[in-house]
Amino acid sequence: MTPLRYARAVDRADAIGHAGSDARFLGGGTNLVDLLCQNVEQASELVDVSRLDGAIRESDDGGLLIDASVKNAVLAAHPIVRRSYPVLSRALLAGASAQIRNMATVGGNILQRTRCMYFYDVEGARCNKRQPGAGCDAMEGFNRYHAILGASDQCIATHPSDMCVALAMLDAVIHLSGPDGERSVPLTDFHLLPGATPHVETVLKPGELITGIELPPPSDAMTRSEYRKVRDRSSYAFALISVAGGLALADGRVTQARIALGGVAAKPWRATRAEAALVGAAPTREAIVAAIREELADARPLSGNAFKISLVERTAVAVLTALAGARA
Amino acid sequence: MAIRVNGTEVSPPGDARISLLDLLREQLHLTGTKKGCDQGACGACTVLIDGNRVLSCLTLAVQAEGCDVRTIEGLAGESGDLHALQQAFIEHDGLQCGYCTPGQICSAVAMAEELRRGDPSYVTADIAAGLPVVTRAEIRERMSGNLCRCGAHNGIVEAIEEMLAETAA
Repeated sequence: MTPLRYARAVDRADAIGHAGSDARFLGGGTNLVDLLCQNVEQASELVDVSRLDGAIRESDDGGLLIDASVKNAVLAAHPIVRRSYPVLSRALLAGASAQIRNMATVGGNILQRTRCMYFYDVEGARCNKRQPGAGCDAMEGFNRYHAILGASDQCIATHPSDMCVALAMLDAVIHLSGPDGERSVPLTDFHLLPGATPHVETVLKPGELITGIELPPPSDAMTRSEYRKVRDRSSYAFALISVAGGLALADGRVTQARIALGGVAAKPWRATRAEAALVGAAPTREAIVAAIREELADARPLSGNAFKISLVERTAVAVLTALAGARA
Repeated sequence: MAIRVNGTEVSPPGDARISLLDLLREQLHLTGTKKGCDQGACGACTVLIDGNRVLSCLTLAVQAEGCDVRTIEGLAGESGDLHALQQAFIEHDGLQCGYCTPGQICSAVAMAEELRRGDPSYVTADIAAGLPVVTRAEIRERMSGNLCRCGAHNGIVEAIEEMLAETAA
């Protein structure tokens, strides 16, 4: 790690005032401190925003406003989240370990970087995300964990967050504040696919700070929801794939389907095609498999991860049939 | 602002790069907290900040300014009496080489508090329900951030079960 200055922001304006220099906002540090230690990233100043106001409150329209500095553990245990958006609690609890969830903030979770081992291997591997134009050693390497959707010939990394998969499924909106003012971006539009610029991972502008996220008022399919994560060991591991699902039913037919996939792309993948295919159908195994196959029609598996296609199918069937049964 | 470590105020380091783990071990010589992976993958460096379990390797010492830090050295009683969980680890063979033990114990002490206030885990069947039912599966999931390469997990879980039973009694 190169020498750096540390400042603790007293409020948002103070934090944003540091923008323009080579400063980085510091949340819990569970990813950024590691990236700095490994020399994957460099910074001359850290602006600690983890002690800014961290509230969770209902919005005027009955949704939920969550400040960016709220710890992952606090959000997962919040009574409204547990009761009305259980998919979000479960996704948060699927991520990392209790220790890390106590440190990590909501804003930092959204901005965490891929765990592609070639991205992390500064000394030994080429990576277009770390060093644009350098090449990608994951393409012909150990790519069991990598993307099957939305990748490019420059980068096949996946986004590691569980929380973001649930947020994508819930139509969460990210609130931003920066030197040019405030704006809001749907979470599904926040992360970018790699294309020719895999080092550009989000629509965040220089100096912009994530101030919070907002959930819409809970609908039936948000509340009747579940998150299932499949990984190489039963806990404390990143996802091979994950499924966030929610269903609303009437007379045995799906009236609303919400599905998002993790571990398959550089962004949390909202499965809009599968959702559209399921609405109006009975939630049978066959219908769910057909819907997921429609979603994955453009999947491009790599040498080491073709298994992800059938794993997504089977996990989606397990999640959605259980939700349908819970309704019956 | 000072950092309180086991009740004693210490100055934060001048170099912001120093981790809380290195401050504890190298400057305060509190070597009970162990450096395993130094990258957030093993849990050996687990300490309590304001009662919450965290990884001291991924915490910059300056981030702990104004906070209460508790390490394994601060768990025993004033007269040196072992914490109930330390005693349970001995009785249940919750260790072999002992390297992960301080982290396991700090982690489990905070986990007991999380259970007491009803925090759910990934394996809690009903997320919306109040107090989770304490099962071995719950303990294993909640302790998954602490690896033990000797494979002493059965003894570790038994020791934690005994502590939870004693606390509940």
